[in-house]
Amino acid sequence: MNASGHAISPDTPAMPNGSGAAAVLSAGIGAFALAVLAFAGDKSAAVKSLLVFYKPTGPLSGVTTAAILIWLFTWGILEWRWRNRTVAVGRTNAIALILLGLGLVLTFPPFVDLF
Amino acid sequence: MGFGALYLLACSGALAELYFFTTAPQASETAPNRERFLKVYLIAMVLLAWVAVLTGAYVVYPWYRAIPPAGSADLSMFPQRLLISSPTTIGWHSFGMEWKEHVAWFAPISITMVAFVVIRYGRGLRNHRQLRAAVLCFALVSFLAAGVAGLFGALIDKQAPVQGGHTIQLSAGGEK
Repeated sequence: MNASGHAISPDTPAMPNGSGAAAVLSAGIGAFALAVLAFAGDKSAAVKSLLVFYKPTGPLSGVTTAAILIWLFTWGILEWRWRNRTVAVGRTNAIALILLGLGLVLTFPPFVDLF
Repeated sequence: MGFGALYLLACSGALAELYFFTTAPQASETAPNRERFLKVYLIAMVLLAWVAVLTGAYVVYPWYRAIPPAGSADLSMFPQRLLISSPTTIGWHSFGMEWKEHVAWFAPISITMVAFVVIRYGRGLRNHRQLRAAVLCFALVSFLAAGVAGLFGALIDKQAPVQGGHTIQLSAGGEK
């Protein structure tokens, strides 16, 4: 029984899925952002030089720092908006997994070398 | 590299435990101390993953991509330059390192999300079928990303700087 006196079915989520969906979707966005930045840095000398935040590490420092900031910022916004809501988690999961898959493809050197 | 190896070792246990934890049909099957153990285990994995990529990027990688003095003939202490100096080894950099240096970061991002969701939802995660499927997918990707990074890390970072040499082959055996 919950606080309001209603029984909770084992199959009924007791907590809204928004917080979890926000974490999953932002992880997908973070992975994709990292891959896009890496791809852009590989293809453009101007972007590459912009991404050098720490010279000994080169553009990898900017790629990863910017991607982590995008990930955490997105996560914070989505968590703030969704934490007490139930969202269409099937759709957010699909988007997250597509972004993750694209991220994996965009970091695979033979694919990057096609462009 | 030690952090990455520890992370990889921890991954198989985490995947099995996550699967059991999120799919066991009855709450009583998962004792509270087992849930607590999984949460602590995942927090340790998150720390390991971040320490692995941060030390890799900011301690090891600068040394890997160090530029030799002009006219230097001995490249054995300059792994990137050593690898790209020969057509027989350039692939270790242009494929191996280029892939490893980016894909490795998928591991900490994914496992941080996994740990957050498990800690936030606890045993209630079994009631969110789609969320737990996503958590398991990201945990698996984290393992695969760490595996790719670890494999190329071992092959490149151990072979090139420690052994030196002009040609590096997977099946070199005792001759390196």
